[in-house]
Amino acid sequence: MRAIVTVIGKDAVGILAKVSSICSDYNANVIEVTQSVLQDMFAMIMLVDISKLNTPFGELSDVLTKTGDEMGLKIHAMHESVFNSMHHI
Amino acid sequence: MLNAYDILETIRMIQDECLDIRTITMGISLLDCIDSDIDVACKKVYDKITDKAKDLVKVGEEIEKEFGIPIINKRISVTPIAIVSAACKCSPVPFAKAMDEAAKAVGVNLIGGYTALVQKGFSAGDIELINSIPEALSVTERVCSSVNVGSTKTGINLDACKLMGRIIKESAEKTVDKDCFGAAKLVVFCNAVEDNPFMAGAFHGVGEPDCMINVGVSGPGVVRSALAKHPDADISEIADIIKKTAYKITRMGQLVGVTASERLGVPFGIVDLSLAPTPAVGDSVAHILEEIGLERCGTHGTTATLALLNDAVKKGGVMACSRIGGLSGAFIPVSEDAGMIDAAKAGTLSIEKLEAMTAVCSVGLDMIVVPGDTSNDTLAAIIADEAAIGMVNSKTTAVRVIPAIGKDVGDELDWGGLFGCGPVMPLKKESASKFINRGGQIPAPMQSLKN
Repeated sequence: MRAIVTVIGKDAVGILAKVSSICSDYNANVIEVTQSVLQDMFAMIMLVDISKLNTPFGELSDVLTKTGDEMGLKIHAMHESVFNSMHHI
Repeated sequence: MLNAYDILETIRMIQDECLDIRTITMGISLLDCIDSDIDVACKKVYDKITDKAKDLVKVGEEIEKEFGIPIINKRISVTPIAIVSAACKCSPVPFAKAMDEAAKAVGVNLIGGYTALVQKGFSAGDIELINSIPEALSVTERVCSSVNVGSTKTGINLDACKLMGRIIKESAEKTVDKDCFGAAKLVVFCNAVEDNPFMAGAFHGVGEPDCMINVGVSGPGVVRSALAKHPDADISEIADIIKKTAYKITRMGQLVGVTASERLGVPFGIVDLSLAPTPAVGDSVAHILEEIGLERCGTHGTTATLALLNDAVKKGGVMACSRIGGLSGAFIPVSEDAGMIDAAKAGTLSIEKLEAMTAVCSVGLDMIVVPGDTSNDTLAAIIADEAAIGMVNSKTTAVRVIPAIGKDVGDELDWGGLFGCGPVMPLKKESASKFINRGGQIPAPMQSLKN
């Protein structure tokens, strides 16, 4: 099972480190990362493996959203199946 | 593999464009709860609902978190209570109370099915149920009621129309302290569908399985912003954009429905392909029509743009899910749609135009506030008009009008939340009493020679 984590907001030091350390705390393996910085806006998309999570996925998603709020970023974690069903026939 | 554009598009739809799953509705059959002792029957009803739906809200919230998609409502529909209560031979209000308590116990915000199907006449239990609707809606909080008064195959039961004119008025009168909210939970149908997940008209038809999950999707905001990116597209391109967007929205509904049904161990029924607005900014069907090119919803061109929208939503949605049902079309509830509210206040959107709009979309004259001194027979005539549109066009139509007791044109009613607020809209003053009081059955229409 895989999930997509998106991070959007104003660029700052340590965003990638913070998000990936939360993933590692919950035993979510980061498979792929793409990121871009347009002017000072930061957009990152992470593909993470959540099959060996040590908590329910909802909890990880809550922690990420909360961390995002604290850092002034929008962090969204969703099951990959949402994107697959929406964008693939 | 997914690309970044697709991912960001989905996120934007949810965060900025109000994409959500409007409702997961569990349909529960109460046929096995029938008993001639009303107390025994009510206990069976309560027990069955609380047993079948005990995990509905929990599973809904789980899915919401995992998929990151808001699921606004978790609801329940049940077998028409007139059928369940017929054997009791007394007022079925205790059933409404049992439903209300069960809904509170499992945490759903609305429960539908305080219903009678009288399109061809009244059978045992129907009259008692209909007469008890005003009381049932005033003593309960979450119960919704509906009555089917006509169909394409049977014609229209004019006696039922007359009766419902009075019942709507009484429902408003009994809840005058709550802005006449009782009438907002009461729908009068023609060609009612048995698997509708949307309130207030949801009930669980007798042809349905014991328990099932139906899903209603939404997303007017997503459609509107997709159109806003193509300001110069011709109308065929507009239809294509709506189709593609509807496909994506509906895929989400399918995924949520299938997942919910797996986790609840209940078969998956249908996805209702609807564009259901809310009063929230950016979640309006009227604004889609304005985006297509109307200065304000309700002006000339509204019916044509709505017909295109409604058809394109269905075409896009049909391929996106395995089974389609329910009402499936764009909803135009006046008080629940920010654009419709503005258009009605400005006087551009009239009840006559709304009636024309209902001929080309789902579902009918919905959430319209009318003057409090409207006569019962005028309400009955509104029902008959709307039922005639449904009957002749082989589609579902409905009437959910709210007489604003003690108020007149210029005033408004405000319920807040998903029900929104609506200005009192003017009606014709001339009477239709003689027609309504003739009674009897309007015969079923021809289904050929369609002009």
